[in-house]
Amino acid sequence: MLELAWLIPIFPLIAYTLIIFLTKKSKSISVAVALAGIVASLVISIGVLVETIQKGITMAEPFEVAVKWLRLSAIDKYTGLNIDMGILIDPLSAVMMFVVTSIATLVIIYSVGYMHGDPGFSRYFAYMSLFAFSMLLLVIANNFFEMFFGWELVGLCSYLLIGFWFEKPSAAKAANKAFITNRWGDFGFMLGIILLYINFGTFNFGEISRIIGDGASGVGAAILTLISLLIFAGPMAKSAQFPLHVWLPDAMEGPTPVSSILHAATMVAAGVYLLARGFVLFNESTETLLFIAYIGGITAFIAASFALVQRDIKRILAYSTLSQLGYMVMVIGVGSITAGMFHLTTHAFFKCMLFLGAGSVIHAVHTQDIFEMGGLSKKMPITTWTFIIGALALAGIFPLSGFWSKDEILLATHQAGFTGLYWLATLVAGMTAFYMFRLIFIAFFGEKRTDHHAHESSPWMTVPLIILAFFAVFSGWGLVKMGYGSMVFFGHPHHGEINLGIALISTVFALGGIVLAWLIYYRKIVDTDLMKQRFRPIYNLLWNKLYIDEIYEWLFDKVMLGVAWLCNQCDRKVVDGIADGLGDTVRHTGGWMRFMQTGSLQNYALVIFGAIVIIVLLMATPVLGGVIR
Amino acid sequence: MITLEYYLILAAALFCIGLFGAVAKKNAVAVLMSIELMLNSVNINLVAFNRFLAPSQLVGHVFAIFVIVVAAAEVAVGLAIVISIYRDRFSTEVDNLDWLKW
Repeated sequence: MLELAWLIPIFPLIAYTLIIFLTKKSKSISVAVALAGIVASLVISIGVLVETIQKGITMAEPFEVAVKWLRLSAIDKYTGLNIDMGILIDPLSAVMMFVVTSIATLVIIYSVGYMHGDPGFSRYFAYMSLFAFSMLLLVIANNFFEMFFGWELVGLCSYLLIGFWFEKPSAAKAANKAFITNRWGDFGFMLGIILLYINFGTFNFGEISRIIGDGASGVGAAILTLISLLIFAGPMAKSAQFPLHVWLPDAMEGPTPVSSILHAATMVAAGVYLLARGFVLFNESTETLLFIAYIGGITAFIAASFALVQRDIKRILAYSTLSQLGYMVMVIGVGSITAGMFHLTTHAFFKCMLFLGAGSVIHAVHTQDIFEMGGLSKKMPITTWTFIIGALALAGIFPLSGFWSKDEILLATHQAGFTGLYWLATLVAGMTAFYMFRLIFIAFFGEKRTDHHAHESSPWMTVPLIILAFFAVFSGWGLVKMGYGSMVFFGHPHHGEINLGIALISTVFALGGIVLAWLIYYRKIVDTDLMKQRFRPIYNLLWNKLYIDEIYEWLFDKVMLGVAWLCNQCDRKVVDGIADGLGDTVRHTGGWMRFMQTGSLQNYALVIFGAIVIIVLLMATPVLGGVIR
Repeated sequence: MITLEYYLILAAALFCIGLFGAVAKKNAVAVLMSIELMLNSVNINLVAFNRFLAPSQLVGHVFAIFVIVVAAAEVAVGLAIVISIYRDRFSTEVDNLDWLKW
C-alpha cells in the first residue's frame, strides 16, 4: 500500500477534473464521481495507516519517495534551485491523511442531503474534491515548497467554498476576508521558506532536520528565529490565531458542511500540521516557541470568552474552534507535538460532528439564532443526542475523546513548567463546557420559542452524524490504547499517562461549567437580561469581539489608505515629476532654440561667412604670431 | 610700378562689396549678381598670384576659367529658381523666401 500512497491526493483531483469538465450537467453522476474519488483515497489511506503501524515506520525513519520537479543549476554566485515533488509517509502524515479522508468522505455524504436542490450542486462537489486534494497534497508533501503549493490551494478552495453562494454580498465579503487575511500569513510563510532555502540549500524536511541535528548548519540563532517566526505567520493566518483570527467566524457564510470540513480537517488543521511537521525548526528557537505558546494561549482564552455571549449557533462553534486551535498551537509551543496532533485528531471528529449537527438544525428550523430554536430534543432525537455527545467530548468529560486529548494538553503544559498557561487552559476548559451547554440548553431544551416545524433530517445527514459520534466517543481512548504517544512525537516518545490530579481539576472545571449553564439557562435561577444590564461594558466588549474588526477597518481606512495616498502622491509628484520635467525641459529648450532657424537666406549666408572667418583666423593663428593650444 | 598688393587690395574690396550685396540686397537677382562679384574677385586673386609668383605656369588661369564655368552654371540654375519662385509668388524679395523653417 505504501507504494500507492501517491494516489491518495490524486483521486480527488481526478474527481474534480471529471466533474468540472465532463459530468457537471448530471447531478447524480457528479456526486458519484466525488464520492468514488474520496472513498478511493480513504481506502488507500487506511491501508497506508495500517501498514505504517505494522511495518514500524517511525518519525525518524519515514518512507519517502520523490521525483525531481524543478532543477535550476547554479550560475556564478547565484545558488541553484532544486525542488522535488515527493511523498513522505510517517505516523504523523499517515494519521493526518486518515483524518482528512475520513472526514471529507463523511462530509461529502452529508452534503448530498444538505445541498439537495441547490443550483450549484455539481460545482459544490467539484470544489469539495479539490479541497480534499489540496489538503492531502499539503499533508503528504516531503518538502516545504510542495507543502506551500498545497497550502495556497487550500486557501483558494476555502475562498471558493466560503463564497459558494457568491450572489449573497455577505458571502462574497467573507470569502474575500478569508483570502486576504490568509494572504498576510502566506506572505510570511513564503518569505520564511525562501530564507530557509538560502540558508539550508534544501526544502526537504528530512534533510533540514538532519542538518540541524548534526549541528553543522552554520546558521545563526537569530536567523533561525527569524525563519521560524516568518514560517509561523502561515499557521497564524491559516489556523486563525490571534490577531489574524478574524476571518474564521465570518467563514460561516458558506454552506454548513463547508464550515464543518474547514473547521475539522482541511483548512485550519493545516496550520497545526505545519507546526508539527516543521517542529525541528521551531524547536531551535526558544523565543519562537514562547511566542507560539503565548499566541495559542491568548487565542484560546479570548475566543472562549467571545463564545460566551454569541447568539448564532455557527458562530459559537466557530469561536470554540478558534479556542481549541489555540490549545493545539499553545501545546506545540510548549514543546509537545504529540498532544497538539492528538487534540487535532479528536477535535476533528467531534467538531465536524457538531457542525454537521448544527447544519441539520439549521436545515430544519431555517434560523441560526439559538434563541429562536428551543425544544428541539423531542423533534430531532438523533441530532440532539449526537450534538450532546459532541459537546461532552468538546468539554472534555471522561471517557469521551476530548477528555484524553485535553488532559494531554494540560499535562504537557504543566510538565513544561508553564504554570500560568496551564491555569489559563484549565479555565478555558471550564468556559468551553459552559458555552457549549448554554447552546444546548437554549437550543435543544426548554419550550419552543418560535413557530417552527422542526423534523429529523434525512439519513444522508444522520448516518454521518452517527458514525462521527462513534469516533467522538472512542477515538481518544482508542488512540491512547494504540500508543499514539509513541507514534507521533518529536525527539523522545511522550508517554501520556493520565495524571490524576490534572484530570480531576479539569473535570471539575468542565462539570462546573456544565452545572452553571444548567442553573442559568435551564433552571433560570438568575435573570440573564439583568446580568446583561449589570455587566453592560464587558458584554458589549465580548459581543463586539474586542472591536478587532473595527480596529482593522480603521487601520485599513486611515493608515493603509493614507500610506497608499502618500505613495500615490510620491509617484505622481516626484517620480512622474522627474520624468515629465526632463521631457518638458527638452521640449521648451527646443521650442526656444528653433528661433535660430530664421529661414532667411541672407541670415544663413552671414552665419556661414562668420564661421569661415573664425575658422580661417584659427588656422592662420601661427602665421599671425599666436599659439595653438 | 603696380605690385601684387594692389591687385590683392582690389580683389579684397570687390569681395567685400560682393559680400555686402549678397547679405544685404533684397532682390534675389541682385544677390546672384553680388555672388558673381565675389567669384570674380577670387578670379583676380588667382590670376594675380599666377602672374607674380609663377609666371611660367598657367595654373591660376586654368583655375580662373574653372571658376567662370562654375559661376555660369550656377547663375543659370539660380536664375531658373528665381524665375520659378517669381511665377509662384510674384516676388523676388529674398526676405519673403523664408518658408523653409519651423
